[in-house]
Amino acid sequence: MDKFTTLTGVAAPMPLINVDTDMIIPKQFLKTIKRSGLGKNLFDEMRYDDDGNEIPDFVLNKPQYRNAQILVAGENFGCGSSREHAPWALLDFGIRCVIAPSFADIFFNNCFKNGILPIVLPQEEVDKLMADAERGANAVLTVDLENQTIQGPDGGEIAFEVDAFKKECLLNGLDDIGLTLQKVDQIDAFEAQYAKQAPWL
Amino acid sequence: MSSPKTLYDKIWDAHVVSEADDGTCLLYIDRHLVHEVTSPQAFEGLRMAGRPVRAPEKTVAVPDHNVPTTPDRVNGIDNEESRIQVEALEKNAEEFGIEYYGVNDVRQGIVHIIGPEQGWTQPGMTIVCGDSHTATHGAFGALAHGIGTSEVEHVLATQTLIQKKSKNMKVEVTGELPAGVTAKDITLSIIGATGTAGGTGHVIEYCGEAIEGLSMEGRMTLCNMAIEGGARAGLVAPDQKTYDYLKGRPHAPSGSDWDAALAYWKTLYSDRGAQYDRELVLDAAEIAPVVTWGTSPEDVLPITAKIPAPEDFEGGKRDAVARSLEYMGLTPGTALEDVAIDTVFIGSCTNGRIEDLREVARIVEGKKVKDGLRAMVVPGSGLVRQQAEEEGIAEILKSAGFEWRMAGCSMCLAMNPDQLAPGERCASTSNRNFEGRQGRGGRTHLLSPAMAAAAALTGRLTDVRAL
Ligand code: SF4
Repeated sequence: MDKFTTLTGVAAPMPLINVDTDMIIPKQFLKTIKRSGLGKNLFDEMRYDDDGNEIPDFVLNKPQYRNAQILVAGENFGCGSSREHAPWALLDFGIRCVIAPSFADIFFNNCFKNGILPIVLPQEEVDKLMADAERGANAVLTVDLENQTIQGPDGGEIAFEVDAFKKECLLNGLDDIGLTLQKVDQIDAFEAQYAKQAPWL
Repeated sequence: MSSPKTLYDKIWDAHVVSEADDGTCLLYIDRHLVHEVTSPQAFEGLRMAGRPVRAPEKTVAVPDHNVPTTPDRVNGIDNEESRIQVEALEKNAEEFGIEYYGVNDVRQGIVHIIGPEQGWTQPGMTIVCGDSHTATHGAFGALAHGIGTSEVEHVLATQTLIQKKSKNMKVEVTGELPAGVTAKDITLSIIGATGTAGGTGHVIEYCGEAIEGLSMEGRMTLCNMAIEGGARAGLVAPDQKTYDYLKGRPHAPSGSDWDAALAYWKTLYSDRGAQYDRELVLDAAEIAPVVTWGTSPEDVLPITAKIPAPEDFEGGKRDAVARSLEYMGLTPGTALEDVAIDTVFIGSCTNGRIEDLREVARIVEGKKVKDGLRAMVVPGSGLVRQQAEEEGIAEILKSAGFEWRMAGCSMCLAMNPDQLAPGERCASTSNRNFEGRQGRGGRTHLLSPAMAAAAALTGRLTDVRAL
């Protein structure tokens, strides 16, 4: 998992509420053998028409948001199924941070497992960032996880909360595997002693 | 003296790498079995993070869920998504240095059949696989359970699993099994008695004379369905039958290793006075050949019974029964023996072993499958198939009118070409009778191989004892 320390990038506005995982990545893309490569189908049904052509009005199809790294969204983002394909698709597109008034629980946790920072802010703050995001590529946001702040394009600063343990994992790029690998000495020691005890294994 | 331990306690304790204050443990994993459906993203994750497989020599891979079971599969798999999944497994196994049994290798088969067959499965081990029926391997006194894709990746990368200990449950089956009653009837009857959530949060240890009396094949059938009873895993303490089964298998210990392993295996039993959180005792004499009538494995009755009515049940189960009877197209009060079937499926990791096929052959020898019935036998592995051919079993089955297939999961689940059509009714030796499990709209009755053989001859659910 990639570390998340600070992120400076364009924020795409998505004021919809209840964006569900089926919108984020429709079920026909779950048969894949990969977790990479889903970015092109992120928001597939909102992004392309029936013939597969881009819908120009959709936010991520607009030139100024094609490289967005942050999404500013409405409440209850990520509701629906538990598919880990949703954060996989966001990540593959290049989104590393989602800011919303609230998130669905499983999606919220899945984000952390995949190096994405979901930030919960009060509606007024989200509204402010949404307005900034509407200004397009000139309005970059800087998310500083260490200091738990978001810097707006005009210098204003917004503080946010994050679980201490999850923060630690993101800052160091540690997923479950990363955490377990921190105990690699213990695993090595166990294996060595175990090999003596049960040499046939 | 330390306090008495259960078999589960002993295996667990021997594998704890570290334990956190809240009881979460890092558990060392001895064997990791991998199949094509739940592993692609795990390997992809390793690749993206630049991580190797920590212990490729403790890992084995085989395609089973997606593979067709017709002989023309040597020419490749038609369905594109299935083919890509199988090819991905082969490529991943090669890239990460994992032993792989390809579709055209005689050792290929259902992952839970080939683990024991190749001697990968041994007493006292921790065994995982991205598949819930990993419980099967508990028949050898190994702690074996299913895991999800992110855990598959975790085990590949670290050879450990983050786990909390389950509770201990003892299921004792006393006395001797009556004639015509098999391991499948025991395991289904236990689920009937406890419900599909009865074992939740527990690891079940099966014991008692009736369990000791089972062959290794029978014990695998028993433990296979621990998961349908809601348990995390099932266990049977190893004994002489276990050792005899393993001796000489390709990946079993040999020479002085064998002696050392055997000495250890002999310590794997629950100590006298060990504490269980739950206990259940069944009298083998009271177990009859059973069959399921609904869409949950707990919907099970002796073959002599009648289809129940929703009113026979309480609470939420009442609606569930009404729904499942409608799905199954069954009327309350009908004798189970009057239910006509279209299809017989003999196979799966529950009942696709040589002993199962011998049992079917014994019953159908010199007889014919009922006219118009589709009956198929799908050996659990290429080696089971080969052995059945050598023993003349294949000939008996074929002349009785059974299709003789190549190894795979086949009609156990609707993920390969072997499927039920909507409304078709199947007597099946597999383990799940959920809606759509064997094909959209398909109707499944779970039963033993002997009972499936009887049904094949009469074209309806039949008491094998009366044949
Ligand atoms: S035979 Fe059925 S239950 Fe067993 S592994 Fe295959 S699909 Fe799963």
